[in-house]
Amino acid sequence: MKKKSLFLSLVFIFILGIALVGCSTSTTENPPEQGETNDNNEETNDDQNQQSEDSSSESTLVFGRGADSVDLDPALVTDGESIKVTLNIYDTLVKYGDLDTSIEPSLATDWTTSDDGLTYTFNLREGVKFHDGTDFNAEAVVYNFERWANGDKSSFYYYSSMFGGFKGDEGHVIQEVKAVDELTVEFTLSRPQAPFLQNVAMPPFGIASPTALEEYGESFTENPVGTGPFVFQEWKRNDRIVLVKNENYWMEGYPKLESVIFVSIPDNATRLNELIAGEIDIADGVSPNDNTRVEEESDLQLFVRPSMNVGYLGLTNTRPPFDNKLVRQALNHAVDKEGIIAAFYSGQAVPAKNPLPPVIAGYNDDIDPYPYDLERAKELLAEAGYADGFEMELWAMPVPRPYMPDGQKVAEVIQNSFAQIGVSAKIVSYEWATYLEKARNGEADAFLLGWTGDNGDADNFMYVLLDKDNIGSNNYAYYSNDQLHDILIDAQSNPDQAKREELYKQAQEIIHEDAPWIPLVHSTPILGGKNNIKDFFAHPTGSQSLTKVYFE
Amino acid sequence: MFSYTIRRLLMLIPVLFGMTFIVFFMIRAIPGDPAQVILGQLATEEAINSLRAELGLDQPWFTQYFEYLKQLFTLDLGESLRTKTEVSEEIWPYLAATFELSFVALIIAVVVGVNAGIISAWFQKSWFDYTAMVVALVGVSMPIFWLGLMEQWMFSVQLDWLPPSKRENVKNPVETITHFYLIDTLIQGRMDQFIDVVKHLIMPGIALATIPMAIIARITRSSMLEVMRSDYIRTARAKGQKMFWVVYKHSLKNAVIPVLTVIGLQTGLLLGGAILTETIFSWPGIGRYIYNAIEFRDYPVIQSGILIVATIFVMINLIVDLLYALIDPRIKYN
Repeated sequence: MKKKSLFLSLVFIFILGIALVGCSTSTTENPPEQGETNDNNEETNDDQNQQSEDSSSESTLVFGRGADSVDLDPALVTDGESIKVTLNIYDTLVKYGDLDTSIEPSLATDWTTSDDGLTYTFNLREGVKFHDGTDFNAEAVVYNFERWANGDKSSFYYYSSMFGGFKGDEGHVIQEVKAVDELTVEFTLSRPQAPFLQNVAMPPFGIASPTALEEYGESFTENPVGTGPFVFQEWKRNDRIVLVKNENYWMEGYPKLESVIFVSIPDNATRLNELIAGEIDIADGVSPNDNTRVEEESDLQLFVRPSMNVGYLGLTNTRPPFDNKLVRQALNHAVDKEGIIAAFYSGQAVPAKNPLPPVIAGYNDDIDPYPYDLERAKELLAEAGYADGFEMELWAMPVPRPYMPDGQKVAEVIQNSFAQIGVSAKIVSYEWATYLEKARNGEADAFLLGWTGDNGDADNFMYVLLDKDNIGSNNYAYYSNDQLHDILIDAQSNPDQAKREELYKQAQEIIHEDAPWIPLVHSTPILGGKNNIKDFFAHPTGSQSLTKVYFE
Repeated sequence: MFSYTIRRLLMLIPVLFGMTFIVFFMIRAIPGDPAQVILGQLATEEAINSLRAELGLDQPWFTQYFEYLKQLFTLDLGESLRTKTEVSEEIWPYLAATFELSFVALIIAVVVGVNAGIISAWFQKSWFDYTAMVVALVGVSMPIFWLGLMEQWMFSVQLDWLPPSKRENVKNPVETITHFYLIDTLIQGRMDQFIDVVKHLIMPGIALATIPMAIIARITRSSMLEVMRSDYIRTARAKGQKMFWVVYKHSLKNAVIPVLTVIGLQTGLLLGGAILTETIFSWPGIGRYIYNAIEFRDYPVIQSGILIVATIFVMINLIVDLLYALIDPRIKYN
């Protein structure tokens, strides 16, 4: 009798569960409706299902990475995980080379620049269509640039950062974008911008379908439509994004893959296990210490991403005693970069002496780095009036970054060396968003941070990270030097590349002398992948096109 | 019983009300501004202010709280700041993922835990008893992170029996209906996928079950030991009843109340506290959903997510209380 009532109550709970389910079934995802190509999509769907039933998965690439994308409208995002995906859905007018940031044709087949550097004319590729069937033409380009230029202030950061703000702003670079004819676009600039093509090639400036932008409005970011090698199919937030081959891609014979699945696997060790177990094909962000585990497996290979980043210890230049140049120089002498690299990067990094990584044009190799010399550091501290040292906070980031796999441990090494010159550092950490915000507000004495280049131009490091204009944004160190500012502004608009490089070299000398940071390392992030993956190019910007990838 | 249930349900109202209050202010006490986080590193002051106004974050706190309560009364959980989707709409798949995993973990924890406890009590001071209790002690203090990675290393990397993480084979994904993959695959008659889903559930299920299993085993053992010393058990044995029946029928029934309490509490913890397991096993569950929301300062998602988990927690404990009366006729609610 009692057993019966127990049973009944269990049944009741079960029914309650089912009822909950019933309430919510209507909220399952809306499949992306893509107008005319809907039929096509369904076909590819079916194809895909059949393939999985045949279990021939060699045309599907599963890309494991640490986090999900934030948005799939590239103009809105700043995070690498979003761009890794959008780069494969959209094309830009010009693009970067497979493994460097040289400029290659993409949606524009060729272009001309006027002698004064104020007019750029692009000839566009013929016969290209967006994934929704809309024609790609000059009007579409104008539509996209107009959309960004008229951006309300709460979006399109990269546009405003690369092109000096929005329409009506004093510094706005792009005065006018005009469709000369069906396949010719003319950009008129208000002042010459040396890295203009480098900027236009950045993934945030992928050209989106005007029809889809109007149709989806705010939800475009979840229904992205471009001209790129892959068509968006499905997004399960926090889990995976599925792209399928664009059958009509303009690059003859490409893409080679039938589909790409980006899966979020937050834990580094788990991601590597997934790769070794054969569940995923590429694992992004392999911890440097795990490279041997990949090398040991005969069916796996390592991909090394050419270094285009810098990891540094920023010294907030406005907070005493770091407002004293001698103190900053002293601390520069007190960090054993080689030791840090050997211990935490498994050698997958080079010590940094400049804010600029060596691959970037304008790198000043003549700079003599501050040697690791505790005696010299003590002398400098004494000279600055801190013979007995001082107490400080040393901030360590809470999350692994490509340029800093383990901030906490690096901080401990630095803490240890500082202690030997009488500087007692307390290690502090916050949750990531909080960390960035507090550091940006100048609340840290010294903080670990880093930067990965967006477009391979020196401006993207020097001006963005160290110019006084960017205090309160990416100049976390609150470093301000008027002479440097003039040089950097000159270099920004000077169309003569050789002259620019000269200016950046000069700038690095000033920075070396002022020592606003302790530059630590330029790391080479590594990825692991199956051995039969060919033509996967780990791009230095951190995001790569998968157009050419295939399984052997 | 009925009136008791009603009373308990009514008591939910002040509890949940207090809950909203605490959560609302706690998340606003975290440094970090949603507008800043949404707009990213490069945003201007002006942009941040205009977004703050748009999100209503420039209003005084009591206005914001009042607005939030007003919303809740109309059963509106709000809209995610990040995805611009209704929370009530997007939360279900995550909840379902967590329910499914917790359900499996609970079954493992109860079946193994209760039986280990019983056998330990039955053969007190035997080698089984000692082993089980040492294992339970290790289980309680085991870091899930480490256990999860060891499981992966053993069963995926070395033996290649089970997939290391995730909910399904992404190359052969489950078509979702209820978002309970075990049910979905069965409805569609996809046995291959069903097996795949089961395989994906085993390791995270065990990892998540470890701590509750150990606690349940220890409580069951001590509770059983107490009951088995009582007179009626001695009588039953003296009558020559089979030991098995004495233990599983006569003793267990009287020993089960404290065990049930622990199970209730642990179930609540499973639902809310699975974040570590979800991270190690890339499980798209409610814990990670809320965790990501915290990273993005997505206030509506954090508020509603925590509120829902809290409600479930309270409900489970209510159900446990009601089960007491069903199992033990001496317990009456009037």
